[in-house]
Amino acid sequence: MSVLIYTEISKGKIKKSSLEAVNYGSKIAAQLNTTATAIIVGDADVTDLGKAGAKKVLKLKNDKLNSLDSLYVTAAIEQAASAEGATIIIFAHDFTGKAIAPRLAARLKAGMVAGAVDNPTVAGDVFSVKRNLFSGKATAVYNINSAKKVITVLPGSFPIELTGGTAEVADFAVNLDAVNSPIKVKEVKQDTTELSMLDADIVISGGRGLKGPENWGMVEDLAKALGAATACSRPVADMHWRPHHEHVGQTGFAIRPKLYIAIGISGAIQHLAGVNGSKTIVVINNDKEAPFFKSADYGIVGDAFEIIPKLVAAAKSFKANQ
Amino acid sequence: MKTLVCISNVPDTTTKISFINNDTAFNNAGVQFIINPYDEWYSLVRALELKEAAGSGSVTILHVGAADSEATIRKGLAIGADDAVRIDIEANDAFAVAEQIAAYAKDKGFDLILAGKETINYNGSMVGGMIAELLNLPFVSMATKLDIAGTTATVEHDIDGGTEVIECALPLVLSTNKGMAEARIPNMRGIMAARTKPLTIVAPIATEQLTTVASFKLTPGRTDCKMIDASTPEKLIELLHSEAKAI
Ligand SMILES: Cc1cc2nc3c(=O)[nH]c(=O)nc-3n(C[C@H](O)[C@H](O)[C@H](O)COP(=O)(O)OP(=O)(O)OC[C@H]3O[C@@H](n4cnc5c(N)ncnc54)[C@H](O)[C@@H]3O)c2cc1C
Ligand SMILES: Nc1ncnc2c1ncn2[C@@H]1O[C@H](COP(=O)(O)O)[C@@H](O)[C@H]1O
Repeated sequence: MSVLIYTEISKGKIKKSSLEAVNYGSKIAAQLNTTATAIIVGDADVTDLGKAGAKKVLKLKNDKLNSLDSLYVTAAIEQAASAEGATIIIFAHDFTGKAIAPRLAARLKAGMVAGAVDNPTVAGDVFSVKRNLFSGKATAVYNINSAKKVITVLPGSFPIELTGGTAEVADFAVNLDAVNSPIKVKEVKQDTTELSMLDADIVISGGRGLKGPENWGMVEDLAKALGAATACSRPVADMHWRPHHEHVGQTGFAIRPKLYIAIGISGAIQHLAGVNGSKTIVVINNDKEAPFFKSADYGIVGDAFEIIPKLVAAAKSFKANQ
Repeated sequence: MKTLVCISNVPDTTTKISFINNDTAFNNAGVQFIINPYDEWYSLVRALELKEAAGSGSVTILHVGAADSEATIRKGLAIGADDAVRIDIEANDAFAVAEQIAAYAKDKGFDLILAGKETINYNGSMVGGMIAELLNLPFVSMATKLDIAGTTATVEHDIDGGTEVIECALPLVLSTNKGMAEARIPNMRGIMAARTKPLTIVAPIATEQLTTVASFKLTPGRTDCKMIDASTPEKLIELLHSEAKAI
């Protein structure tokens, strides 16, 4: 029995969410007196996987693994899990985890918990995992009843600890000759935004209170001054003031940055659903009755057009003095 | 083309949620249930658009749940689905739901099976991929655009760090994300027609429950919002650094 963690490389580095998943998996392994093995496709410096707690790293080798096709990736993980005798398989709850983990869980008849936010507890035969529900308004503890288990870990739920050791690294040849997917990749479009709001520690978001797309300059100035990404409310994306990939909320993306600054956003519940996992929330609104203040840590009542330029100046001088 | 749209029945986002039976069950009392927005806005509407563009085909909606979800199913019919299926069992585990759906769909010849990105109550994002595995079909997650030409689907979908465009011969299972379509409001004719459209009740198969919920808990809200005077926004930067340790 061991714990297997699927990890990925992005822009030449191990993804942050992968390191979190390895931390998580190695803690489970420690509780169960076994070890954690990380698997990864492609070549990169995998030192951090060892530091994050993996005792072994398997580099999966097969050309069919170059795209995110669940038929190929699932078969590859299944082979690695079987070779390692792994019964618990961990992913990050990101686009990759959502594409692959459910298929793998169904194949292995493994009970699956998606979006874990805390380390599992193991008491005798009872294996329990905590996760968020209702976009963070509640949590639930799930018991996984099956011998095999698949867990995806919600990104940003724990600080990464790189206090482990050195992992033994080996290549692992995957045989996918018998697997043929009808899916053909035609095009991959890389995100051109410098910093995606999904990865950013700080996100500055604007709503209808900003009146029009021409006023986003100051939002971008503030984002730049703080090294932040930008986001927006749904009407702003619907009116094409901002691109759709910036839309946060129930029908857009859910983000959980360390700091979320909402400017000219009223704080409708559907908006909150996408941002209330943020660690610190700042609300700037000229209406002191705006509902968002009830869900904020810091608030400023006032006109965004006066406040933002002053904030930009303050942020710049703060950064200059760091 | 035959399309199956999986719809789940979820509490409206504005619902005040609470738990009962010693925090082991969701309190349904007084809760307004709706079609999961991803299933309604993205899957169902896009399926209908594709059928209308082709001038032929059918769109079936399927729900795994008890009889109290009938209003949700009728809403889907009012928006334009041709017929509906309800598998008569309380849904409480993603894999069990996927098994019910797969058991129903396996010999019906659907060309396209659509699940939502996630349900807004459980946020699992699991059922679509599990259905694909149980039916041994290809799966494309987080689809934001879908077009069909003959028997080939072209799908754009979100991946980490960007988007990918793929082509795939049908049949295919997708999970659908924002971008697929715009919301549609049912009109009076649709609402009237929905009353007489076929709703088939299907007996469930026996499944194992691989996970169970031991307990629920409400997340404590933010308690105090510290107000900063509009004339001193630099104070905010200071507090974000020294107090919140956010910058
Ligand atoms: C099923 C459903 C799903 C939805 N999904 C989403 C979602 O995913 N994401 C989302 O965001 N919304 C979503 N919505 C919409 C949501 O209900 C709100 O309508 C929306 O969030 C409002 O956007 P807003 O705050 O930008 O605009 P408004 O509600 O118009 O608020 C603008 C705010 O700006 C303030 N303001 C005005 N002028 C200034 C100024 N000069 N300086 C400072 N403040 C100013 C106003 O006081 C006001 O509070 C959804 C709705 C439904 C029904
Ligand atoms: N009880 C259900 N009946 C039918 N479809 C469901 C049910 N539960 C979930 N689904 C489908 O699976 C999608 C993802 O749900 P989940 O994996 O639970 O987040 C939903 O958007 C629905 O399309």
